[in-house]
Amino acid sequence: MSRLGILQIISFFIYLLYQVLILQNVVLFHTAFCFLYVVFLLSLPVETNPLALMGIGFLMGFLVDMFYQSLGLHAFACVLIMYVRNYWLNSMTPQGGYDSNAAPSLAMGGLQWYLVYTMPLVFLHHCILFFVEAGGFGMFWFTLWKVIISTFFTTLVILIAQFLFPGRRR
Amino acid sequence: MERLFYFIYQYRAFFTFLVLELFCAWMIIENNSYQGARFFNSSNSVVASLHNFSQGIRDYFLLRDVNAALAEENAELRKQIEQNNQRLQVLDTLTSSDSLLITRFDFVSAKVVNNQVDRFKNFITLNKGEDAGLKPGMAVISPFGAVGKVKVVSSHYSVVTSVLNIDVMVSAVLKRTGHFGTVQWDGKDPDRISYKYIPRHVKPVVGDTVVTSGYNAVFPEGIMIGTIDKVDLKEEALFYDLTVKLSQDFRTLAFVTVIKSQLKHEQDSVERIITDIQK
Repeated sequence: MSRLGILQIISFFIYLLYQVLILQNVVLFHTAFCFLYVVFLLSLPVETNPLALMGIGFLMGFLVDMFYQSLGLHAFACVLIMYVRNYWLNSMTPQGGYDSNAAPSLAMGGLQWYLVYTMPLVFLHHCILFFVEAGGFGMFWFTLWKVIISTFFTTLVILIAQFLFPGRRR
Repeated sequence: MERLFYFIYQYRAFFTFLVLELFCAWMIIENNSYQGARFFNSSNSVVASLHNFSQGIRDYFLLRDVNAALAEENAELRKQIEQNNQRLQVLDTLTSSDSLLITRFDFVSAKVVNNQVDRFKNFITLNKGEDAGLKPGMAVISPFGAVGKVKVVSSHYSVVTSVLNIDVMVSAVLKRTGHFGTVQWDGKDPDRISYKYIPRHVKPVVGDTVVTSGYNAVFPEGIMIGTIDKVDLKEEALFYDLTVKLSQDFRTLAFVTVIKSQLKHEQDSVERIITDIQK
């Protein structure tokens, strides 16, 4: 367990630094943003305590915010998806339930399951991010367009990351 | 009472969720106000030095553009010096002898450590801070035009609110006709900015120069903003819908100049007396 914990902490910082040092500069056509760090939050083990989930989400969001000059924004979105995550996971339990200590990943549930799990949460996260930043619904269609394009971009990068680093096999 | 605690304990996940979200919402609102959140932003030294590191790598790819821009600015400055020299020979030097007015603006050069252009509210981090005399509210310009206003300073770094920020408005004047308006970004294209409140009777044309007006005491008068790109007048609108093409390409911003206005304080306090009287 402690080895797992250390691995989690290391990957926390890797995702954080990768996000703020590299992906912060990757914006396609001024509309498509990539927030890969969300995948770290989404692939925490299924049985993690919801309080811990929200705590980790808050911490990650807060640290990202410090680099993005948007104090509270990412933290807000992260805590929200962390709260929703467990309900979402429970509502789509595969046959026979989750293994103990399983982490949601592409290797665990297959492509279709993983997409159904990831995309709505990423969409929710991006919705909060862009609409709060725009300060309301003044530019509704433009902001929604940004959200949708960014959701696809982020999901694509998440899938690539999942293929490249399949994680622990059992 | 016991049942209340039991209730809270039972729904502890939800209550933690609520508390965290309220805290985040409070931070968002607090950070929106002009000088909120002094510590947790990229003028914080750990964050800034990481940005500094990553900008250091990016700098190599920008060198060619930076060199070209600096050479161009050099030539422009040389031209201005020459013109001023010529003028001095013609004019009587006694006309403006108030040294305070001559040294009204002081300039500090700073390097851009982190720069954003694609978000709705963009900020720029600079590698000069309080130790170089920077204070919140100072104007930031580049060789090609207005860039923004200093928002927060720490001892070695500062964060600048970019003109590309949907909350920022800058008073601007149409150079050819002398009419005043306001420049504000609409959050879409980092090359273009909208220019509002130019009344119907003015006849702006594509290519007209737009400069800062000096009405706000932040930017000095006559700092270039851009040239008019699109002129649009709706049937029953009071004002034109103008689009200005920014003269500064914000994506390749590398070095900027911070303007220390010595008399800003004075102008502000005089103007405040007037507004107080009017109330």
